[in-house]
Parts: sequence; C-alpha cells; structure tokens
Amino acid sequence: MNGQAANELLVASGISKRFGGVQALRDVSLALRRGEVCGLIGPNGAGKTSFFNVLTGLYSADQGQVIFDGQPLPLGVPHRIAGLGIARTFQNIRLFGAMSALENVMVGRHARLHSGVLGAVLRTAATRREEAQTEARAHDLLRYVGIDRLANHQATHLSYGDQRRLEIARALATEPKLLALDEPAAGMNATETAGLRALIEKLRADGLTVLLIEHDVKLVMGLCDRVAVLDYGEKIAEGIPELVRRDPRVISAYLGTELNDA
Amino acid sequence: MDIFIQQIINGLVLGSIYALVALGYTMVYGILGLINFAHGEVVMIGALTALTAIGLLLPAGLPGPMLVLAGLLIAIPVCMAVGFTVERIAYRPLRHAPRLAPLITAIGVSIVLQQLAMIGWGRNYHTFPALLPTAPHQFAGAAITDLQIIIVLTAAVLMAGLVWLVNRTRLGRAMRATAENPAVARLMGVDVDRVISFTFVLGSALAAVAGVMVAANYSIAHYAMGFMLGLKAFTAAVLGGIGNLGGAMLGGLLLGIIESLAAGYIGDLTGGFLGSHYKDVFAFFVLILVLVFRPSGLMGEKVAERA
Amino acid sequence: MSATNARLKSRLGIALIAVALAVLPFVVGAGFGNSWVRIIDFALLYIMLALGLNIVVGFAGLLDLGYIAFYAVGAYLYALLSSPHLAQAFPALFAAAPGWPVWLVLPLGAGLAGLCGVLLGTPTLKLRGDYLAIVTLGFGEIIRIFLNNLNAPANITNGPQGINNIAAVHIGGHALNRPLELFGIVLPGVHLHYYFFLALTLLVIFVCVRLQDSRLGRAWVAIREDEVAARACGINTRNVKLLAFGLGATFGGVAGGLFASFQGFVSPESFGLLESIMVLCMVVLGGMGHIPGVILGAVLLALLPEALRWGAVPMQQSLFGKVLIDPESLRLLLFGVALVLVMRWRPEGLWPSALRRRELSTHAADGA
Repeated sequence: MNGQAANELLVASGISKRFGGVQALRDVSLALRRGEVCGLIGPNGAGKTSFFNVLTGLYSADQGQVIFDGQPLPLGVPHRIAGLGIARTFQNIRLFGAMSALENVMVGRHARLHSGVLGAVLRTAATRREEAQTEARAHDLLRYVGIDRLANHQATHLSYGDQRRLEIARALATEPKLLALDEPAAGMNATETAGLRALIEKLRADGLTVLLIEHDVKLVMGLCDRVAVLDYGEKIAEGIPELVRRDPRVISAYLGTELNDA
Repeated sequence: MDIFIQQIINGLVLGSIYALVALGYTMVYGILGLINFAHGEVVMIGALTALTAIGLLLPAGLPGPMLVLAGLLIAIPVCMAVGFTVERIAYRPLRHAPRLAPLITAIGVSIVLQQLAMIGWGRNYHTFPALLPTAPHQFAGAAITDLQIIIVLTAAVLMAGLVWLVNRTRLGRAMRATAENPAVARLMGVDVDRVISFTFVLGSALAAVAGVMVAANYSIAHYAMGFMLGLKAFTAAVLGGIGNLGGAMLGGLLLGIIESLAAGYIGDLTGGFLGSHYKDVFAFFVLILVLVFRPSGLMGEKVAERA
Repeated sequence: MSATNARLKSRLGIALIAVALAVLPFVVGAGFGNSWVRIIDFALLYIMLALGLNIVVGFAGLLDLGYIAFYAVGAYLYALLSSPHLAQAFPALFAAAPGWPVWLVLPLGAGLAGLCGVLLGTPTLKLRGDYLAIVTLGFGEIIRIFLNNLNAPANITNGPQGINNIAAVHIGGHALNRPLELFGIVLPGVHLHYYFFLALTLLVIFVCVRLQDSRLGRAWVAIREDEVAARACGINTRNVKLLAFGLGATFGGVAGGLFASFQGFVSPESFGLLESIMVLCMVVLGGMGHIPGVILGAVLLALLPEALRWGAVPMQQSLFGKVLIDPESLRLLLFGVALVLVMRWRPEGLWPSALRRRELSTHAADGA
C-alpha cells in the first residue's frame, strides 16, 4: 500500500464544484500514477474541463483536496500550481498571439527564472546567462515538438496542428511533472492526430505523467494506460480501457454509440 | 432630524436622476459589455438642447410646464439621434475588436461630444429658466418643491415603463436574449444590430429626460456637466449590479442618498476638516469600495468564474 | 532575420536622432526663438510620461485613465519640498525651504508616486480591464479634488491658487533656470533644462527598452494577450501587473518633479482628466507597446497646441474673419477624433511594432 502511495503523483479526493444551480463536479476522486497516460472522458458537459480547471488552479473547489507529489495543491492559485509542476493546454488554444512561437515558449519558463527589474535594466551577467539559457531551452522544446523551424513565426500564423504543438511546448517549458491536455486532438485531421499520438507517446517514454481529456475515443483507448469516465459531474468508471469500454454505466452514458466507432 | 429628512429628500431627487442615467449605462453594458463613457455627454446634450428650444419658444407665451414639455419633446429625439449615430459610427465597427479598443473609442467620443457642445453652446454656464413651480411644501419638518415631486414621479413612471418594455414586449425579449448570448439570439432570428441600436436610442431618450431634470433642478446647464454626472451614474449602475435594471434604479437612489447625507454631515463627521466640496469624492469612494469588495454589485448575480 | 534587421534599424535611428538632438536647442533657438526650446522641453516631459503610461497600457494592457495623478504626486512633492510654501503655512513646523538636493527630491517623488501606484493597484488590479479604467479615472479625480481643497483648515496644497516660487533644480551648485557660460558659449536656462531632461528621457527610454526585452516584458505582453494562459504558465499576474503599475507611476512621479521645477509653479489645473487622456492619446496614436511609436506620439501631441496656435488661429481669421474655435478646444476635439479614428482604422497606431501590427490587424480581419 505504501509503495502504491509513493507511486501516485496526484491524488484528488472528494472534489465538488458548483456554479450557481449547476453541480459541475460531485465528489470526484482520482489518482494518477507516475509515468502513466490517463484519459478523462465523458459526454459533453460531464465536468471534464471543470475538473481540469480545479486541478490547474483556475477554479477553486467547493470541497475536496488534491495532493500532488506529496503536498496539498493550493487550489485557486494557478501560477503556484504551475510552479509546483502541473502544466496544461486549453481546449480552445490559448497562445499569446502577438508573440513569436519562441517567445511563447520563453514565457512558459517564467516561473523557473529569477531576474527582476534591476537585473533586466542593468542586464547583469546572471540575467544574460539566464536569457541565453531560456532561449536555448525554448529552441530545444520547439525541436522536441517538431516546430523549431517556425520559432520566429508569430503564434497566430501557425497552422492549427502546429499551434497545438506550440501550446504543448509552452506547457513543457514550465518543467511539469504532470501535463494536462484538454482535447488536444480536437479539430485535427487524421495525420495531425497520428502525429499528436506519437508526441504523447514520446512524452510518456520520457517519463512524464499525462492527463488527457479527449473526445476521440480511438485515440484515448489506444493511447491511455487507464481511463476515468465522468458523467453529470460524477466519476462513473475508472480502469484500463478494455474494461471501461464494456462498463454498462459508461455505455449508457454514451448511449452506446460513440464508444464503438470514432 | 429635519436636516436628515431634508437630505433624504434631496438624495431621492438626485438619485432618481442618477437612476435614469444609470439605466442607459447598464443596458448598454448588459448587451455589449461596454462602458459607454459618452453617455454622460448625451445627458448634457439633452439639457442644452432643451434649454435652447425653451429659449426659442419663450416668446410664444406658453405656460411654464408646457414649455418644459416642449423642450423635452425636442431634446429626446435629438439625444436619440446622437445615441444612434455614436453607436453606428464609433462602436459598431469595433464589435469584435480587442477589449481596449471600444473603451478608448468611448473616451474619444465623449471628448468630441463635449467639445462640439462647447463650440455650439460656449464655455459659459446657462441659466435654466424657472418654469416649474418651486414653492416649497413642508413635509415632516423638511421642504419639498413641486419640481422635486415632478422629477421623482417622472423618473418612477419612466422606469416602470422601461421594466414593462423589457419584460413584456417582443423587443424587450430580444434585448434580454441578446444580453444573454448574442450569437444564440442571432440564430433564433433576433436582429442583434437592431436591438443594439434600439438599446442606445432608448438609453439616450432616458438621458435626455435626466438632462432636463438636472438642469431644472439646479437651474443651470453647462457643456461639461455630463462628465461628472455620467461617472456618478455609472457608479450607481455598478453599485446596483451592472447589467441589472433593478440594480441601476436601486444603485441610483442609494448613491443619491449617500451623496446628500455625506455632503450634509461630512463637516461634522470630520470635525470640520473636510467640507462639502468633497461631495464629488464620495461617489468615487463608493465605486472603488464596491468594485473591490463586491464587484457584482448589490443585485448582480455572482458572475461565474470562467476559464 | 527581419526582426534583427528592424531592431538594428531602430537602434540606428535612435542614435541618429540622439546626435541631432544634441544641437537641436541651438538650431531651434536661433530659428524660432527660445520659447520653442521651452516647448521642446515640455515635449521631453511628455515623452517620459507617455513611456511610463506605455508600460501600463501598451505592455501590460491595463487601461489607466488616472495616470496624471502620479504626475501630480511627483510635482506636488517637489513643490512642497522646494518652495517656501510649507514654511509660510506652518512656521512652527518648517523653518525655511530646506533646498533639498535634486538627487534626493526626484527619487523621493518617484518613490512616492510608485507607492501610490502600488496602493491603488493592490485592490484594483484583479478587476476586469474596463472596471480598472473607471477606478483609475476616479482615483485621478480624487487626487485633483484633494489638491484643490486641501488649503483648509490646514493649508497643505494652497488650493486652486497652487504653489509658486518653486526652486529650480540645482546641479553642481548651479540653478538650471539661470544662464550658464561654458567655453565662451552662453547656455540659457531652457537649454540647460533641455539637456537635463534629455538625459533623463534617454535614461527612461533605456529602462523601457531593457524591460521590454526581458522576462518581465514578456510576462506583461503575455498578460495583455491572455491572462488565463499567462497564469497557467506560472506567472503571478497580480504581482507582475502591480509592477507595471508601480513602474509606470514612478516614471510619472519623476516627470512631475521635473515639471514643478521647470515651471516654478504647480496648480491642480495641470492635473485634470483631460491631461490623463492626452497622455493616453500619445500612447494610442503613436502605437501602444512600441517605444519609438510612443515617443513619436508624445512629440506630435506636445507640439500640436503650438501648431494650432500658429496655424489654426490665423487660418480661421483669414477664412471667417474671426476665431470660431479656440485652439484649446480644437486641440481637445482633435484628441477625441484621433482616438476614435485610430481605434477604427489603425488600432496599431502611427508607428507600430512589427508583431503588434500583425496581431491587431488580424483581430480587425477576424472582426470584419
């Protein structure tokens, strides 16, 4: 049991969140193991993104807590959560449009850098070194996701698939232990989705833990080590993909349709 | 005690005017999410237009109330035209621009209207003729004039009419739908552009009435009168909960009363250190306090956090 | 490639301008008289102000409509410390004008203004952008109303009359408002102020350029572009915004102190909302977030009233036989029209940065 606990990177327990009259999350618990790719699926409006927003600090939770890497997460304080090692992407891509791809990734390094006003104005040796390292690291990450040739292009001018990759590179720049991807394959064509899958597998091979919201059931079932299913704000199933897809509650939540095709 | 009641009465009168102007802010904000800085200038244009019209009609020898009514009937369409034009020329092209753009435009429009008014009406203060009976009635130890009673009653009737219009008519339903979600409203067949135009026109009509009220109440009109009034009315809208009609009315009345009471008592409260020339500061303090501690206002729903 | 090229070009441009600036007061003074050198001195103050506001509006995307309040704080602090007013008003407390040295008074004013910025920003920066605009506007008016009324019961600001007899900046024992003979050339006070202001303006530009191209500069732009994403990237948006606000206020405070010393007189009139809007206009017209653009905007609008006085007044007289629109309201009218037109047709300003131009025009294209 102890070994099990040490193996768990994140343990969310009893998370509840209400918006006005809508119970977005009801007593949701979920544990993520180090190095796994865990899928979070469910019908539209099931609370997946709400759960993501709680984990990454955009929402505070009404109830429940999250232990991450042995310490409680400061829910509702996104920049600290990013500092502790959870990075995310957004369902509707949110890049810094006016900046180049490279600068976007450099912003992701923010929490890992230290230079302040004085360092910036005087351009001290430490600042210069830090800036050079940041730029080099940003190039590395762009190369890692395969878009280094676009480093100096403005973010909004990248193709859809490349914007997704850039967002992942920016998230990786924060040096996360957990990467949370919110529908990364949405709007992608088959080639782009295949490329994305290869990228996520590379991330797993490099030891990163990944939490994935996805509608593309084929991608989820093929890629994920485990899958959790949310419906109406409650977790209705969790386990390896083969078992989850046969779970009657899951099938009824999806009305038996989506799980077979896609 | 009678000073207290007197200040409450003054506050109610002032508050009715704030409420009328606040409705214009809150309707536009509810639908476009825009602070229409230029709204206060529409109030000023209403006051000065009515003043000019009354000046022209004065030789006709009509009775005072008729003259005021005639002034109103001319000021209202002029203000509606101004509101319509401003929305059409300045705001509509920026409907999808970054947030800062319409706000900066609104400031620009406000300055343009103010300076045009200055060119047209000059820098001087204009005396608004005393056309309505101002003989005071005694009421619980305080004085209230017919003019004040007329202002409060007119404001009440107009607000009731507005509530009816928004809640009971087709157009009102279209307004509410647009405020809720413009894209969906459009899909449901609502002509969103028309609704927005109508909102500006409606708010401007109320502003015209408020302008005449202010000018009559203080017997004065001036090209720069709209700025501070507009700011206070906006404060009232925020205090009540911006986007909420009832909130604008409540906020207007409350702010009017707060301001009157504060102006009446600040000297005593601060041992004479601060005098009533700080009257204009209270509205800002109220604004800052509300925004910091309860940005959704008194009657606003708590805005859901959104990612 | 093109980015480094552009940077090189703009650096070269700045260098060329700097050389031209060194001889400017003599050329202008000889050609148009020293009153024009004085106007250029004011233009330099406006450049500092506009660059300060640019950090807040242009970089961080926070609309501050009460920016002039920080200018007022700097100006009044300088005025109180460098004029006999306090000694006259409170003979028991202040013996005489202490004649504080400039290297102490200016940083004090800057610090106090910065502190005011942080105090105002702390509760308000979590507000949405348009609310922030209104709150800062209110703050600006509050400061002005206090300046106007704090002459009774204790005469701190001398009310609407303002404070006069403010000592000019002394450098090396020489008061800048007195002519100085150097190598046989007599430099009038306006020239001395020119060089002093120019030096400080260059310093402000330097600081802005360095900040823009740093971790903080990137964080500001990130917040401007998408605050939620910025937070998710680990940026403490509240602190970073506060820093922008405080730094902008600091620059305003410095410019205010210089203004007080240069004029020798301050009154609440100089710090109204329209002044805030004029500085905003400089930033918007020049190009939000682009330092050379903001400088251009500041110079253009600082020279505008003079241009109107020299151009519009005679023109109206010859056309209509009288002055229909006085230059002051024509100036304000033009500000208003400029704000509307720039937002409508050229939101990136007259001289935008390469990236910003693309961004804003893409936004416009999305909207169309």
